[in-house]
Amino acid sequence: MAERVLVAKLGLDGHDRGAKVVARALRDGGMEVVYTGLHRTPEQVVAAAVQEDVDVIGVSLLSGAHMTLVPRLIELLKEQGAEDIAVVVGGVIPEEDVPELKKVGAADVFDQYASPDEIVTRMRAIARRRPS
Amino acid sequence: MKDWPELKPHYETLSGIPVKRFYTPDDAPPYEEIGEPGKYPFTRGPYPTMYRGRLWTMRQIAGFGTGEDTNQRFRYLIEHGQTGLSVDFDMPTLMGYDSDDPRSLGEVGREGVAIDTIDDMAALFDGIDLEKISVSMTINPTAWILLAMYVALAESRGFDKNKLSGTVQADILKEYMAQKEWIYPIRPSLRIVRDVIVYSARNLARYNPINISGYHISEAGGNALQEIAFTMCNAVTYVEEVTRAGVAVDEFAPRLAFYFVAQQDFFEEIAKFRAARRVWAKIVKERFHAQQPESMRLRFHCQTAAATLTRPQPTNNIVRTALQALSAVLGGAQSLHTNGLDEAFAIPSEEAMKIALRTQQIIAEETRVPNVIDPLGGSWYLESLTSELEKRTFDILDKVDRMGGTVKAIEEGYFQKEISETAYQTSRKRATGEQAFIGVNKYAEPARKENIEIHKVDPAVEKRQIERTRRVRKTRDNEKVRALLDELAAGAKQPEANLMPVTIELAKARATMGEIVARLKDVFGTYTETPFF
Repeated sequence: MAERVLVAKLGLDGHDRGAKVVARALRDGGMEVVYTGLHRTPEQVVAAAVQEDVDVIGVSLLSGAHMTLVPRLIELLKEQGAEDIAVVVGGVIPEEDVPELKKVGAADVFDQYASPDEIVTRMRAIARRRPS
Repeated sequence: MKDWPELKPHYETLSGIPVKRFYTPDDAPPYEEIGEPGKYPFTRGPYPTMYRGRLWTMRQIAGFGTGEDTNQRFRYLIEHGQTGLSVDFDMPTLMGYDSDDPRSLGEVGREGVAIDTIDDMAALFDGIDLEKISVSMTINPTAWILLAMYVALAESRGFDKNKLSGTVQADILKEYMAQKEWIYPIRPSLRIVRDVIVYSARNLARYNPINISGYHISEAGGNALQEIAFTMCNAVTYVEEVTRAGVAVDEFAPRLAFYFVAQQDFFEEIAKFRAARRVWAKIVKERFHAQQPESMRLRFHCQTAAATLTRPQPTNNIVRTALQALSAVLGGAQSLHTNGLDEAFAIPSEEAMKIALRTQQIIAEETRVPNVIDPLGGSWYLESLTSELEKRTFDILDKVDRMGGTVKAIEEGYFQKEISETAYQTSRKRATGEQAFIGVNKYAEPARKENIEIHKVDPAVEKRQIERTRRVRKTRDNEKVRALLDELAAGAKQPEANLMPVTIELAKARATMGEIVARLKDVFGTYTETPFF
């Protein structure tokens, strides 16, 4: 069965160039992609992920609000008993924030220079780790 | 040629225009079609003396923290020779949420300055003479509120409204296409833009009420052709909207301003600025039958391309920015922002902004490029590219007209799909190395810790900002605010009414931006995008 991924723009910034390139690359790579659209709150993203029963949530932020919103997202997944859904983060993420994001439970963090193919490979590996 | 093989089977510009080995006089249009600077069709520049009469405005954008924080940066930039101000707002301000709204969590004062009320605006421009320096505000769905606060503040300080100069971006259509900062559905948003343009035409003689922007179309992934063509589609729509309200084109067209990026393809960029001027002149004259040459004269602000900046080998970004800035000057920009070398990491530090400003000063005062107007005019290559971009822009305008106009084409996702497609192709070309990205896909070096001073967000900003907003809500006349909000909602239901005067009254009564925005959401509803990827 194809891996299911939710791609979401978390927070208020509207820079969706990267999120849409990734969504398309994942789709072209054979995954089932749900794109939530822009300006999503952590609550909305978690609700959509649970409803769509995805394996991975990919969130993109270019606003700098990732250290507030990503931990909140992961916390909400736990509250919903959905911690088996992996969270990966992309956008403009300073290097020093990467270990902190992984510590709170992000499965992976992509920088601006990860190629579409590389993102597909890493996302697929993460999706397949989800217990069925 | 067998002995001199070429490296690639074909050559083209970044927007895909085929490029020949070399050009001859046969490739260029006759001189009369190009014309002289300051004269229709303005290919060579909007003014007859250009930089010999006045240099471009060096306008570095700044914004972070509270009004006081950004005010400090403004004073620093003015001290170092900057000649115009430009304000970046934080995401909540851009999207119409007050700093204490739950949606603002983590974003207050981060990417720009936080403005909730006129008290914040007063701190932002404290000690700055608004009759002397022009102020550009990068703000869209909430532009009319920020302009109202600006006018109210200027009045309270005793400045003459007709001496205020600067601009609000206020170009909402490109938000639905590219930058994606919106609140209300397209049609009421367009009506608000109309109100801003009409109010300004009658009350702010020197103010540019809109900055019709290609920059974001480019940053979202569009190429040079898409940038100018889609921008022209938007500009046409605004002129139609305002003239429909009974205002003659010559009353407001001279104050319409544009904003473009300076991208990587050096010659195509110069050609793009020239083509944009010629296309606009023809549209205003032939389509809208303007009589005044000032109405046909396109003036633009330019910013170098943030999306070309890299984290690896960040000092390379100084070189990229300098070349892009040079293309803007050779293309005849009226004002220019050069990016900081650290902008792939965070918003720029003081030091990075100073280098960026010095880059402009070197072009202006050392290279002698500004001594001659349009010095590359007459280059067969450049003239050929200019004509080709002009032709292709008119083709896209025709296509959009046939689709039923720009609003309909946005609703159908035409522009969004075109931009996404180009963005995707670019990411593929970068991944394969077909499009060079120095330090990333070519000449990459092992990763190392960059010794870059990064702008840090002061964690106390959010608290300070929220405290001030709450204090304002407690100390103002809340009855008056309520009555004015009712008046605003009533006006919003009258499509012919202009919302600017009541919003200025709301600003004076210290209503918050979030209150004004929320009240109109009750009337207009909100916009939801159907995403295409």
